[in-house]
Amino acid sequence: MSAISDHDLEEPTRRDFIHLVAGSAAAVGAAGVVVPLVHQMNPDASVLALATKEVDLSSIEVGQAIKVMWQGKPVFIRRRTAEEIAVAEETPVSDLPDDRSRNLNDEALDASDTARTTASDGVARPEWLVLVGVCTHLGCIPLGTSQGEIKGDYNGWFCPCHGSHYDTAGRIRKGPAPENLPVPPYEFISDSVVKIG
Amino acid sequence: MFTRKTIVTALASLGVIGVAATAFAAGGTVKEYKHPHFHFEGVFGTYDKDALQRGYQVYRTVCASCHSMEQVSFRNLGQKGGPFYLDSCPAGVPASVNCSNPNENPIVKAIAAEYQIQDGPDDFGDMFMRPGLPSDRFPSPYANDQMGRMANGGALPPDLSLMTKARHHGPAYIYSLLTGYEDPPASVEVAPGQHYNPYYAGDMSQLLKPEYLDDEGHVVDGVNVPYGGVLAMAAPLVDGIIDYADEDTPETVEQYAKDVTEFLVWAAEPKLEARKKLGVMTVGYLLILCGLLYWSYREVWSNVDH
Amino acid sequence: MSHESTYDPQSGVEKWLDKRLPLVRLMYDSFVDFPSPKNLNYWWTFGGILAICLVVQILTGIILAMHYTPHVDYAFDSVEHIMRDVNYGWLLRYVHANGASMFFLAVYIHMFRGLYYGSYKEPREMLWILGVVIFLLMMATAFMGYVLPWGQMSYWGATVITNLFSAIPVVGESIRTLLWGGFSVDNATLNRFFSLHYLLPFAIAGVVVLHIWALHIPGNNNPTGVEVKNVKKDTVPFHPYYTVKDGFAIAVFLVLFSIFVFFAPNSLGHPDNYIEANPLATPAHIVPEWYFLPFYAILRAITFDIGPIPAKLGGVIAMFSSILVLFVLPWLDTSKVRSMRYRPIAKLWFAIFAVVACALGYLGGQPAEGVYVTLAQICTAYYFGYFLIILPLLGIMETPKPLPASIADAVLPPKSDASGGAIPAAQPAE
Repeated sequence: MSAISDHDLEEPTRRDFIHLVAGSAAAVGAAGVVVPLVHQMNPDASVLALATKEVDLSSIEVGQAIKVMWQGKPVFIRRRTAEEIAVAEETPVSDLPDDRSRNLNDEALDASDTARTTASDGVARPEWLVLVGVCTHLGCIPLGTSQGEIKGDYNGWFCPCHGSHYDTAGRIRKGPAPENLPVPPYEFISDSVVKIG
Repeated sequence: MFTRKTIVTALASLGVIGVAATAFAAGGTVKEYKHPHFHFEGVFGTYDKDALQRGYQVYRTVCASCHSMEQVSFRNLGQKGGPFYLDSCPAGVPASVNCSNPNENPIVKAIAAEYQIQDGPDDFGDMFMRPGLPSDRFPSPYANDQMGRMANGGALPPDLSLMTKARHHGPAYIYSLLTGYEDPPASVEVAPGQHYNPYYAGDMSQLLKPEYLDDEGHVVDGVNVPYGGVLAMAAPLVDGIIDYADEDTPETVEQYAKDVTEFLVWAAEPKLEARKKLGVMTVGYLLILCGLLYWSYREVWSNVDH
Repeated sequence: MSHESTYDPQSGVEKWLDKRLPLVRLMYDSFVDFPSPKNLNYWWTFGGILAICLVVQILTGIILAMHYTPHVDYAFDSVEHIMRDVNYGWLLRYVHANGASMFFLAVYIHMFRGLYYGSYKEPREMLWILGVVIFLLMMATAFMGYVLPWGQMSYWGATVITNLFSAIPVVGESIRTLLWGGFSVDNATLNRFFSLHYLLPFAIAGVVVLHIWALHIPGNNNPTGVEVKNVKKDTVPFHPYYTVKDGFAIAVFLVLFSIFVFFAPNSLGHPDNYIEANPLATPAHIVPEWYFLPFYAILRAITFDIGPIPAKLGGVIAMFSSILVLFVLPWLDTSKVRSMRYRPIAKLWFAIFAVVACALGYLGGQPAEGVYVTLAQICTAYYFGYFLIILPLLGIMETPKPLPASIADAVLPPKSDASGGAIPAAQPAE
């Protein structure tokens, strides 16, 4: 097959060394090439620029809720009545299937109503409930935000896909969903404007 | 010998590429461009941040009233390599703000808020105006192209986002054009609303006065056709028209033109600094790899007569 | 040269697989133990370089397609979105755009190598023909890819090239409408070009496999053009001898590639393509990318009617013929000697041909007026004359120099020439 074949085994150490170095250098380069090829799939600058959203709450009446888009997902903002707040506050955490706050502003808290309405500044504003409106079961959008929609057995939200019921603090009470509806990071930048994200 | 000849041929064909890439439009000729030294030139060239900021000021004060820059968003001003990029927050900004993120950069937010952006429809179905956000693009001064033409005597001021890449020798051209306005030569007749510039591509033979043309409309022998052409844009810059915050920078047409050119080069190629930096590293790495592979190659072949 | 397989499966998995699908054996025989003439010079590294070019273009192209929008209203903006917003988008696009130029640079060198060393001759006709097919597919792919950014040159280049088909008698107009999917280059055209631009590279990859197959039946040609007589004396195994040599050449090529991508990314492009397509205004000069310029010059050189053929159709025929003639080249060249190293007269005509090809490239970039037209006509005449008259006649009239008895003979004696051509008979031509 070849003119040389065997005598390339002489001086194995020196030969092996340079081939090893050259091969490693090429491998490092190939690994470097992977970075842009993969990183390009991450969110681009125009998407990141929309990572936060400011919402004006001044037009929401007590007892009403709105739905806004944030990072491609619906966010529910409900201005709760005193009665809804009271019911939520009186529910013992021990009665809840999920006893964690699921509040991205402070994940260490339990699922009390105060914890569920705490903004990024650590202050709870019980009147305002802000939720990512994606059912924690399989990602459907629960009903209960718009007027006339079914609010479920606990007067909060009801997911029509597999029958999960959420209460007036967005906590799972009945049905297959494993967790409370998540609270996104948010911040009141004035009394009537909230910045989500 | 094949080797030598083919190298010559290859070089010749590279020459051809070069010539083709710099070929100029036929018709009239333009004066040779002025070429000041720009900070971004060369392998290690970067943008001069102060010049970019001044250039933005010139753009905002002068160019933006007629020219759009639609590919550029406010947030771009605060990204790495941009005019208002901040490494760390200035004093007085809350600790929760990450100023190196262009979307939170306070300067960018303030600039964006100076503009009114159309948004909507609102709950009543109406469009409304709101202050700009970093994620918004620079709004066009016109609602549509037709309005732009209407407002400018039929000539639509071109978008400036890519201007320096959309012309041969873009930076030198922009600089020359902005600083090159002069009175038209005596031999030509320039219509009202048109402005002579020796760096603007055109055909001045069309504008020669009748005494320089023969009966068939051809240029009489011995008459020099002036450089350049006429355009609808009047000289936009005048000495002292913009106040620079920095007292040491001259407020002259040349300085304004140089600064706004640098800004427009940035607007067209905002990733230039990242590109050159990665380029130096890549070429350096490849040269080392070449050396190692060549060594490896010589070792492998050392026992072969070839 | 086909050779006995020397693959010896070691592990149990390899043995198991080898009985069912001898894929490893195929790879081993093709790229590890394949006997390659030991006198191949650097001009033979361009095959490997081209394989890298194809991989680079397909990889970056697939990624760009993730971010690109093939619609007349969004195409231009989506390209700018790639340049400005997508992570490393500027790098991927500049690599892809300059990669096309690098691909053609390498393929032209590869083709001239084949022309000079007679690599198209018996028994490698199929190898050559498949190469020409790849070249045609590359041209179609590059042309359609250039349309996608939807700049002024994209739009007007597409308009001019598709209008070529209207020169065909009787059915030309219908074919043009069919290509456009409308009454002009428009959204339908852009969409189909995008689809085909994505498809054709995979067709190229397929033909490349055939090309390599057709190479591995007769084996490599070599600078002497003398067939391998003794595998032991004349050849070395592909790996490591040519893997490392190709690897080195690829690295050097990547340096050139990188210099363009990082330091002069727009120098091979046209500024007008940074202006969005405008069907109401044609740029002052419509110039194709540099790699099409020689053919563009041939197209424009036919300014006169040839008998019943009008000039427009004549130009189109000439342009397509200039590529099609390559298909029959193996039968036009009548010389029994492959390598021009031993053909002193042919070597001169070849040198002129190389200059003419470059000159056509230059002329294609000049305005079609005055002396440029005349020069393009002379060069076009030589282009066809070289294939249709000079090569057939030379084979009969020329007296070649004596050939070495074998590759080993050619490389062993006095080592006067580092490039591997130490044959007393082959003195420098210039």
